[in-house]
Amino acid sequence: MAIDFLELTAEDVSRHFGRRRALSKISFQTRTGSILGLLGPNGAGKSTMIAVLATLMRASGGAVRYGTHTAALAGASLRARIGILGHDLFLYPELTARENLAFFAGLYGAADAHAAADAALARAGLGDRAHDPISSFSRGMRQRVALERSLIHGPRLVLLDEPFTGLDDASTAALVARLRGLRDEGAIVILATHDLDLAEGLLDEALFLRDGRMVDAVARPGALRSTYRSIMGRRS
Amino acid sequence: MILRKDLTVEVRSLEIAYTTLFFAVSCVLFFAFALVKEGKAPEDGAAGILWIAIAFSGTLALGRTFERERQSETLRALLMAPAARPAIYVGKLLSIIALLVAAEVVLVPLVAFLFQVPLLAHPFWLAAVLVTGTIGFAAVGTLFSAMLVRARSRDVLLPVLLYPITVPVIIAGVRATAELLEPDVELALVRFWVALLVALDVVFVTLALWTFEPLMTD
Repeated sequence: MAIDFLELTAEDVSRHFGRRRALSKISFQTRTGSILGLLGPNGAGKSTMIAVLATLMRASGGAVRYGTHTAALAGASLRARIGILGHDLFLYPELTARENLAFFAGLYGAADAHAAADAALARAGLGDRAHDPISSFSRGMRQRVALERSLIHGPRLVLLDEPFTGLDDASTAALVARLRGLRDEGAIVILATHDLDLAEGLLDEALFLRDGRMVDAVARPGALRSTYRSIMGRRS
Repeated sequence: MILRKDLTVEVRSLEIAYTTLFFAVSCVLFFAFALVKEGKAPEDGAAGILWIAIAFSGTLALGRTFERERQSETLRALLMAPAARPAIYVGKLLSIIALLVAAEVVLVPLVAFLFQVPLLAHPFWLAAVLVTGTIGFAAVGTLFSAMLVRARSRDVLLPVLLYPITVPVIIAGVRATAELLEPDVELALVRFWVALLVALDVVFVTLALWTFEPLMTD
Protein backbone atom coordinates (compact mmCIF):
# COMPACT_ATOMS: atom_id res chain seq x y z
CA MET A 1 0.00 0.00 0.00
CA ALA A 2 1.36 3.43 -0.95
CA ILE A 3 2.13 5.77 1.92
CA ASP A 4 2.71 9.50 2.03
CA PHE A 5 4.41 11.92 4.38
CA LEU A 6 4.66 15.68 4.70
CA GLU A 7 7.85 16.01 6.70
CA LEU A 8 11.20 14.32 7.05
CA THR A 9 13.01 14.19 10.38
CA ALA A 10 16.53 13.03 11.09
CA GLU A 11 17.20 12.46 14.79
CA ASP A 12 20.83 12.09 15.86
CA VAL A 13 21.67 10.05 12.77
CA SER A 14 25.13 8.47 12.94
CA ARG A 15 26.86 6.10 10.59
CA HIS A 16 30.14 4.31 11.18
CA PHE A 17 32.26 2.29 8.75
CA GLY A 18 34.31 0.18 11.12
CA ARG A 19 36.09 2.70 13.33
CA ARG A 20 35.60 5.55 10.88
CA ARG A 21 32.72 7.85 11.69
CA ALA A 22 31.07 9.08 8.46
CA LEU A 23 28.12 10.77 10.18
CA SER A 24 27.85 11.87 13.76
CA LYS A 25 24.52 12.80 15.36
CA ILE A 26 22.97 14.71 12.46
CA SER A 27 19.55 16.16 13.27
CA PHE A 28 17.24 18.23 11.09
CA GLN A 29 13.65 18.48 9.99
CA THR A 30 12.29 19.57 6.64
CA ARG A 31 8.80 19.83 5.20
CA THR A 32 7.01 19.44 1.92
CA GLY A 33 7.55 22.30 -0.54
CA SER A 34 11.14 23.03 0.45
CA ILE A 35 14.66 22.54 -0.81
CA LEU A 36 17.26 21.59 1.77
CA GLY A 37 20.95 21.78 0.88
CA LEU A 38 23.60 19.53 2.39
CA LEU A 39 26.74 21.59 1.97
CA GLY A 40 30.30 20.77 2.80
CA PRO A 41 33.68 19.80 1.37
CA ASN A 42 34.51 16.37 -0.03
CA GLY A 43 34.33 13.72 2.69
CA ALA A 44 31.91 15.75 4.81
CA GLY A 45 29.33 12.94 4.83
CA LYS A 46 26.86 14.36 2.30
CA SER A 47 26.61 11.23 0.14
CA THR A 48 26.38 8.97 3.20
CA MET A 49 23.51 11.11 4.49
CA ILE A 50 21.77 10.84 1.13
CA ALA A 51 22.23 7.03 1.16
CA VAL A 52 20.77 6.80 4.67
CA LEU A 53 17.78 8.99 3.71
CA ALA A 54 17.28 6.86 0.58
CA THR A 55 17.12 3.70 2.78
CA LEU A 56 20.12 2.32 0.88
CA MET A 57 22.14 2.33 4.08
CA ARG A 58 21.15 1.79 7.70
CA ALA A 59 22.05 4.39 10.29
CA SER A 60 24.37 3.03 12.99
CA GLY A 61 22.56 5.23 15.49
CA GLY A 62 19.61 7.60 15.60
CA ALA A 63 16.57 7.44 13.33
CA VAL A 64 15.09 8.88 10.17
CA ARG A 65 11.32 9.43 10.19
CA TYR A 66 9.30 9.96 7.05
CA GLY A 67 6.24 11.58 8.62
CA THR A 68 5.29 8.85 11.08
CA HIS A 69 6.95 6.06 9.11
CA THR A 70 10.41 4.51 9.37
CA ALA A 71 12.38 2.67 6.69
CA ALA A 72 12.50 -0.51 8.79
CA LEU A 73 8.72 -0.75 9.02
CA ALA A 74 7.50 0.84 5.78
CA GLY A 75 10.14 -0.69 3.44
CA ALA A 76 8.96 -1.02 -0.15
CA SER A 77 5.92 1.27 0.18
CA LEU A 78 8.20 4.01 1.51
CA ARG A 79 10.70 3.55 -1.34
CA ALA A 80 7.82 4.13 -3.77
CA ARG A 81 7.77 7.75 -2.53
CA ILE A 82 11.53 8.37 -2.78
CA GLY A 83 13.44 9.38 -5.92
CA ILE A 84 17.22 9.54 -6.01
CA LEU A 85 19.66 11.01 -8.50
CA GLY A 86 23.11 9.89 -7.49
CA HIS A 87 26.53 10.97 -8.61
CA ASP A 88 26.36 7.92 -10.87
CA LEU A 89 23.35 8.09 -13.13
CA PHE A 90 21.77 4.65 -12.56
CA LEU A 91 21.14 4.13 -16.31
CA TYR A 92 21.96 1.15 -18.52
CA PRO A 93 24.22 2.40 -21.34
CA GLU A 94 23.23 -0.47 -23.67
CA LEU A 95 19.52 0.42 -23.51
CA THR A 96 17.87 3.36 -25.24
CA ALA A 97 16.59 6.34 -23.26
CA ARG A 98 13.01 5.12 -23.71
CA GLU A 99 13.87 1.55 -22.65
CA ASN A 100 15.68 2.83 -19.55
CA LEU A 101 12.77 5.02 -18.50
CA ALA A 102 10.15 2.38 -19.32
CA PHE A 103 12.10 -0.20 -17.27
CA PHE A 104 12.19 2.03 -14.21
CA ALA A 105 8.56 3.15 -14.70
CA GLY A 106 7.61 -0.54 -14.73
CA LEU A 107 9.66 -1.22 -11.59
CA TYR A 108 7.68 1.53 -9.87
CA GLY A 109 4.40 -0.01 -11.01
CA ALA A 110 3.37 2.47 -13.74
CA ALA A 111 0.20 1.28 -15.49
CA ASP A 112 1.62 2.20 -18.90
CA ALA A 113 5.40 2.24 -18.58
CA HIS A 114 6.01 3.30 -22.18
CA ALA A 115 3.59 6.24 -21.97
CA ALA A 116 5.32 7.31 -18.73
CA ALA A 117 8.69 7.05 -20.48
CA ASP A 118 7.50 9.14 -23.43
CA ALA A 119 6.14 11.84 -21.11
CA ALA A 120 9.42 11.89 -19.17
CA LEU A 121 11.44 12.19 -22.38
CA ALA A 122 9.25 15.10 -23.49
CA ARG A 123 9.90 16.85 -20.14
CA ALA A 124 13.64 16.30 -20.63
CA GLY A 125 13.42 17.70 -24.15
CA LEU A 126 14.84 14.47 -25.54
CA GLY A 127 11.80 13.06 -27.36
CA ASP A 128 13.73 12.98 -30.64
CA ARG A 129 16.50 10.86 -29.06
CA ALA A 130 14.15 8.35 -27.45
CA HIS A 131 15.44 5.39 -29.45
CA ASP A 132 19.14 6.16 -29.15
CA PRO A 133 21.22 4.16 -26.65
CA ILE A 134 22.27 6.07 -23.55
CA SER A 135 25.92 5.33 -24.40
CA SER A 136 25.61 7.76 -27.35
CA PHE A 137 24.40 10.66 -25.14
CA SER A 138 26.49 13.52 -23.79
CA ARG A 139 26.95 13.83 -20.01
CA GLY A 140 24.35 16.63 -19.84
CA MET A 141 21.78 14.62 -21.80
CA ARG A 142 22.38 11.55 -19.62
CA GLN A 143 21.91 13.72 -16.54
CA ARG A 144 18.55 14.94 -17.87
CA VAL A 145 17.40 11.36 -18.52
CA ALA A 146 18.67 10.33 -15.08
CA LEU A 147 16.73 13.16 -13.43
CA GLU A 148 13.55 12.05 -15.19
CA ARG A 149 14.28 8.46 -14.14
CA SER A 150 14.42 9.57 -10.52
CA LEU A 151 11.13 11.49 -10.86
CA ILE A 152 9.19 9.07 -13.06
CA HIS A 153 7.06 7.78 -10.16
CA GLY A 154 6.20 11.23 -8.72
CA PRO A 155 8.20 10.90 -5.48
CA ARG A 156 7.49 12.97 -2.37
CA LEU A 157 11.16 12.95 -1.33
CA VAL A 158 13.70 13.80 -4.03
CA LEU A 159 17.36 13.20 -3.16
CA LEU A 160 20.06 14.62 -5.40
CA ASP A 161 23.76 13.98 -4.93
CA GLU A 162 25.93 16.49 -6.82
CA PRO A 163 23.34 16.92 -9.60
CA PHE A 164 25.20 19.79 -11.31
CA THR A 165 28.28 17.69 -12.16
CA GLY A 166 29.18 17.96 -15.84
CA LEU A 167 26.25 20.18 -16.82
CA ASP A 168 26.61 23.16 -19.14
CA ASP A 169 24.92 26.48 -18.35
CA ALA A 170 21.69 25.69 -20.22
CA SER A 171 21.33 22.27 -18.58
CA THR A 172 22.11 23.77 -15.16
CA ALA A 173 19.43 26.43 -15.61
CA ALA A 174 16.93 23.76 -16.73
CA LEU A 175 17.77 21.65 -13.65
CA VAL A 176 17.37 24.62 -11.30
CA ALA A 177 13.98 25.41 -12.89
CA ARG A 178 12.92 21.77 -12.54
CA LEU A 179 13.90 21.71 -8.85
CA ARG A 180 11.92 24.89 -8.20
CA GLY A 181 8.97 23.30 -10.00
CA LEU A 182 9.23 20.21 -7.77
CA ARG A 183 9.25 22.43 -4.68
CA ASP A 184 6.13 24.22 -5.91
CA GLU A 185 4.44 20.87 -6.52
CA GLY A 186 5.03 19.93 -2.87
CA ALA A 187 8.09 17.70 -3.01
CA ILE A 188 10.73 17.59 -0.29
CA VAL A 189 13.97 18.17 -2.18
CA ILE A 190 17.33 17.43 -0.55
CA LEU A 191 20.37 18.44 -2.52
CA ALA A 192 23.95 17.51 -1.61
CA THR A 193 26.51 19.68 -3.31
CA HIS A 194 29.79 21.47 -2.83
CA ASP A 195 29.00 23.82 -5.71
CA LEU A 196 27.87 26.88 -3.78
CA ASP A 197 27.46 29.20 -6.77
CA LEU A 198 24.93 26.91 -8.39
CA ALA A 199 23.03 26.34 -5.14
CA GLU A 200 22.84 30.10 -4.53
CA GLY A 201 19.28 31.35 -4.31
CA LEU A 202 17.85 27.84 -4.65
CA LEU A 203 17.88 26.61 -1.06
CA ASP A 204 15.26 27.19 1.62
CA GLU A 205 17.55 25.76 4.26
CA ALA A 206 21.20 24.76 4.33
CA LEU A 207 22.96 22.25 6.57
CA PHE A 208 26.71 22.69 6.74
CA LEU A 209 28.60 19.44 7.27
CA ARG A 210 32.26 18.85 8.00
CA ASP A 211 33.94 15.54 8.90
CA GLY A 212 30.53 13.93 9.36
CA ARG A 213 29.33 16.53 11.85
CA MET A 214 26.70 19.20 11.43
CA VAL A 215 28.50 22.49 11.87
CA ASP A 216 25.48 24.75 11.45
CA ALA A 217 22.02 25.05 9.90
CA VAL A 218 20.82 28.23 8.25
CA ALA A 219 17.28 29.01 7.07
CA ARG A 220 16.90 30.99 3.82
CA PRO A 221 20.67 31.30 3.35
CA GLY A 222 21.75 34.32 1.36
CA ALA A 223 25.26 35.04 0.05
CA LEU A 224 25.99 31.34 0.31
CA ARG A 225 29.73 31.47 -0.32
CA SER A 226 30.47 34.03 2.40
CA THR A 227 28.09 32.23 4.80
CA TYR A 228 29.90 28.97 4.04
CA ARG A 229 33.31 30.54 4.62
CA SER A 230 32.28 32.10 7.87
CA ILE A 231 30.67 28.91 9.20
CA MET A 232 33.37 26.51 8.04
CA GLY A 233 36.15 28.82 9.20
CA ARG A 234 34.65 29.09 12.66
CA ARG A 235 36.12 25.93 14.12
CA SER A 236 39.09 25.31 11.85
CA MET B 1 11.22 -7.37 -15.59
CA ILE B 2 14.84 -7.69 -14.48
CA LEU B 3 15.13 -10.92 -16.46
CA ARG B 4 13.70 -9.23 -19.57
CA LYS B 5 15.98 -6.21 -19.13
CA ASP B 6 19.07 -8.43 -18.65
CA LEU B 7 18.19 -10.48 -21.72
CA THR B 8 17.65 -7.30 -23.82
CA VAL B 9 21.03 -5.92 -22.72
CA GLU B 10 22.69 -9.28 -23.39
CA VAL B 11 21.12 -9.74 -26.82
CA ARG B 12 22.34 -6.25 -27.71
CA SER B 13 25.91 -6.68 -26.46
CA LEU B 14 26.34 -10.51 -26.43
CA GLU B 15 29.33 -9.80 -24.19
CA ILE B 16 28.62 -12.30 -21.42
CA ALA B 17 27.17 -14.95 -23.74
CA TYR B 18 30.23 -14.94 -25.99
CA THR B 19 32.78 -14.95 -23.16
CA THR B 20 30.93 -17.62 -21.17
CA LEU B 21 30.49 -19.86 -24.17
CA PHE B 22 34.04 -19.35 -25.41
CA PHE B 23 35.43 -20.19 -21.97
CA ALA B 24 33.17 -23.27 -21.58
CA VAL B 25 33.97 -24.63 -25.04
CA SER B 26 37.71 -24.00 -24.56
CA CYS B 27 37.58 -25.85 -21.25
CA VAL B 28 35.95 -28.92 -22.82
CA LEU B 29 38.35 -28.86 -25.79
CA PHE B 30 41.45 -28.71 -23.57
CA PHE B 31 40.25 -31.70 -21.54
CA ALA B 32 39.36 -33.59 -24.70
CA PHE B 33 42.81 -33.03 -26.18
CA ALA B 34 44.46 -34.05 -22.91
CA LEU B 35 42.36 -37.08 -21.95
CA VAL B 36 40.94 -38.70 -25.07
CA LYS B 37 43.48 -41.20 -26.42
CA GLU B 38 42.75 -43.11 -29.62
CA GLY B 39 39.08 -42.17 -29.42
CA LYS B 40 38.71 -43.51 -25.86
CA ALA B 41 37.96 -41.22 -22.93
CA PRO B 42 38.55 -42.17 -19.27
CA GLU B 43 35.55 -43.69 -17.54
CA ASP B 44 33.26 -41.08 -15.90
CA GLY B 45 35.53 -38.34 -17.23
CA ALA B 46 32.83 -36.75 -19.38
CA ALA B 47 30.50 -36.11 -16.44
CA GLY B 48 33.21 -34.37 -14.46
CA ILE B 49 34.38 -32.29 -17.40
CA LEU B 50 30.83 -31.19 -18.23
CA TRP B 51 30.36 -29.92 -14.68
CA ILE B 52 33.81 -28.29 -14.53
CA ALA B 53 32.93 -26.37 -17.71
CA ILE B 54 29.56 -25.34 -16.24
CA ALA B 55 31.08 -24.25 -12.91
CA PHE B 56 34.00 -22.32 -14.42
CA SER B 57 31.99 -20.56 -17.13
CA GLY B 58 29.20 -19.93 -14.61
CA THR B 59 31.65 -18.17 -12.31
CA LEU B 60 32.72 -15.96 -15.21
CA ALA B 61 29.08 -15.15 -16.07
CA LEU B 62 28.22 -14.38 -12.43
CA GLY B 63 31.06 -11.89 -12.12
CA ARG B 64 30.28 -10.12 -15.39
CA THR B 65 26.53 -9.91 -14.73
CA PHE B 66 27.03 -7.89 -11.56
CA GLU B 67 29.94 -5.93 -12.99
CA ARG B 68 27.39 -4.50 -15.44
CA GLU B 69 25.17 -3.38 -12.54
CA ARG B 70 28.20 -1.90 -10.76
CA GLN B 71 29.47 0.22 -13.64
CA SER B 72 26.59 2.71 -13.54
CA GLU B 73 25.59 1.85 -9.96
CA THR B 74 22.28 0.57 -11.33
CA LEU B 75 22.16 -2.00 -8.53
CA ARG B 76 21.41 0.90 -6.17
CA ALA B 77 18.54 1.97 -8.43
CA LEU B 78 17.18 -1.58 -8.34
CA LEU B 79 17.46 -1.63 -4.55
CA MET B 80 15.47 1.63 -4.45
CA ALA B 81 12.53 0.11 -6.34
CA PRO B 82 9.37 -0.40 -4.28
CA ALA B 83 9.50 -4.16 -4.76
CA ALA B 84 10.61 -6.56 -2.07
CA ARG B 85 14.41 -6.59 -2.35
CA PRO B 86 14.59 -10.39 -2.62
CA ALA B 87 12.67 -9.97 -5.91
CA ILE B 88 15.83 -8.36 -7.33
CA TYR B 89 17.76 -11.44 -6.29
CA VAL B 90 15.19 -13.67 -8.02
CA GLY B 91 15.39 -11.58 -11.21
CA LYS B 92 19.18 -11.79 -11.35
CA LEU B 93 19.09 -15.51 -10.48
CA LEU B 94 16.71 -16.21 -13.39
CA SER B 95 18.97 -14.24 -15.77
CA ILE B 96 22.01 -16.26 -14.76
CA ILE B 97 20.13 -19.57 -14.95
CA ALA B 98 18.93 -18.65 -18.47
CA LEU B 99 22.50 -17.86 -19.51
CA LEU B 100 23.91 -21.09 -18.06
CA VAL B 101 21.14 -23.23 -19.58
CA ALA B 102 21.95 -21.66 -22.96
CA ALA B 103 25.63 -22.60 -22.43
CA GLU B 104 24.62 -26.15 -21.45
CA VAL B 105 22.64 -26.53 -24.68
CA VAL B 106 25.95 -26.12 -26.51
CA LEU B 107 28.11 -27.99 -23.99
CA VAL B 108 26.09 -31.22 -23.77
CA PRO B 109 26.30 -32.22 -27.46
CA LEU B 110 29.93 -31.06 -27.56
CA VAL B 111 30.92 -33.26 -24.61
CA ALA B 112 28.85 -36.17 -25.99
CA PHE B 113 30.66 -35.87 -29.34
CA LEU B 114 34.22 -35.34 -28.09
CA PHE B 115 34.07 -37.99 -25.36
CA GLN B 116 31.83 -40.37 -27.33
CA VAL B 117 29.35 -40.80 -24.46
CA PRO B 118 25.55 -41.31 -24.65
CA LEU B 119 24.72 -38.08 -22.79
CA LEU B 120 21.39 -37.73 -24.59
CA ALA B 121 20.21 -41.29 -23.97
CA HIS B 122 17.98 -40.12 -21.08
CA PRO B 123 17.17 -36.52 -22.05
CA PHE B 124 14.52 -35.98 -19.34
CA TRP B 125 16.78 -37.07 -16.50
CA LEU B 126 19.78 -35.24 -17.92
CA ALA B 127 17.70 -32.05 -18.12
CA ALA B 128 16.50 -32.58 -14.54
CA VAL B 129 20.08 -33.02 -13.29
CA LEU B 130 21.40 -30.01 -15.21
CA VAL B 131 18.55 -27.67 -14.27
CA THR B 132 18.54 -28.56 -10.56
CA GLY B 133 22.34 -28.41 -10.42
CA THR B 134 22.42 -25.08 -12.23
CA ILE B 135 19.81 -23.60 -9.88
CA GLY B 136 21.84 -24.65 -6.82
CA PHE B 137 25.10 -23.31 -8.22
CA ALA B 138 23.55 -20.06 -9.45
CA ALA B 139 21.58 -19.52 -6.20
CA VAL B 140 24.78 -19.33 -4.15
CA GLY B 141 26.71 -17.55 -6.89
CA THR B 142 24.13 -14.82 -7.39
CA LEU B 143 24.09 -14.01 -3.68
CA PHE B 144 27.89 -13.89 -3.42
CA SER B 145 28.24 -11.84 -6.63
CA ALA B 146 25.76 -9.28 -5.30
CA MET B 147 27.56 -9.20 -1.93
CA LEU B 148 30.96 -8.71 -3.55
CA VAL B 149 29.88 -6.13 -6.10
CA ARG B 150 31.71 -3.34 -4.27
CA ALA B 151 34.68 -5.43 -3.09
CA ARG B 152 37.94 -4.53 -4.79
CA SER B 153 39.13 -8.14 -5.13
CA ARG B 154 35.71 -9.55 -6.08
CA ASP B 155 37.09 -11.59 -9.02
CA VAL B 156 39.38 -13.52 -6.66
CA LEU B 157 36.94 -13.74 -3.77
CA LEU B 158 33.98 -15.07 -5.77
CA PRO B 159 35.43 -18.52 -6.61
CA VAL B 160 37.09 -18.76 -3.20
CA LEU B 161 33.69 -18.36 -1.51
CA LEU B 162 31.56 -20.08 -4.15
CA TYR B 163 33.30 -23.41 -4.80
CA PRO B 164 33.55 -24.72 -1.21
CA ILE B 165 29.84 -24.06 -0.61
CA THR B 166 28.68 -25.49 -3.93
CA VAL B 167 30.80 -28.67 -3.63
CA PRO B 168 27.71 -30.76 -2.67
CA VAL B 169 25.88 -29.48 -5.78
CA ILE B 170 28.82 -30.27 -8.06
CA ILE B 171 29.33 -33.73 -6.52
CA ALA B 172 25.62 -34.58 -6.86
CA GLY B 173 25.57 -33.24 -10.43
CA VAL B 174 28.68 -35.23 -11.43
CA ARG B 175 27.50 -38.48 -9.81
CA ALA B 176 24.00 -38.19 -11.34
CA THR B 177 25.44 -37.43 -14.80
CA ALA B 178 27.95 -40.28 -14.50
CA GLU B 179 25.14 -42.66 -13.58
CA LEU B 180 23.25 -41.59 -16.71
CA LEU B 181 26.28 -42.61 -18.78
CA GLU B 182 26.36 -46.17 -17.40
CA PRO B 183 25.25 -48.94 -19.80
CA ASP B 184 22.65 -50.09 -17.23
CA VAL B 185 21.30 -46.92 -15.75
CA GLU B 186 19.93 -47.24 -12.22
CA LEU B 187 17.15 -44.68 -12.33
CA ALA B 188 16.56 -45.02 -8.57
CA LEU B 189 20.09 -43.72 -8.01
CA VAL B 190 19.56 -40.84 -10.47
CA ARG B 191 16.30 -39.99 -8.67
CA PHE B 192 18.21 -39.92 -5.37
CA TRP B 193 20.80 -37.46 -6.71
CA VAL B 194 18.11 -35.26 -8.28
CA ALA B 195 16.16 -35.27 -4.99
CA LEU B 196 19.37 -34.23 -3.19
CA LEU B 197 19.90 -31.43 -5.72
CA VAL B 198 16.30 -30.23 -5.24
CA ALA B 199 16.82 -30.23 -1.46
CA LEU B 200 20.05 -28.24 -1.84
CA ASP B 201 18.27 -25.80 -4.18
CA VAL B 202 15.53 -25.23 -1.60
CA VAL B 203 18.08 -24.64 1.17
CA PHE B 204 20.30 -22.32 -0.89
CA VAL B 205 17.46 -20.27 -2.41
CA THR B 206 15.72 -19.90 0.98
CA LEU B 207 18.93 -18.79 2.70
CA ALA B 208 19.71 -16.36 -0.12
CA LEU B 209 16.22 -14.81 -0.05
CA TRP B 210 16.49 -14.47 3.72
CA THR B 211 19.92 -12.83 3.74
CA PHE B 212 19.79 -10.74 0.54
CA GLU B 213 18.13 -7.62 1.98
CA PRO B 214 20.30 -7.24 5.10
CA LEU B 215 23.46 -7.95 3.09
CA MET B 216 22.60 -5.42 0.38
CA THR B 217 21.35 -2.67 2.71
CA ASP B 218 24.78 -2.35 4.30
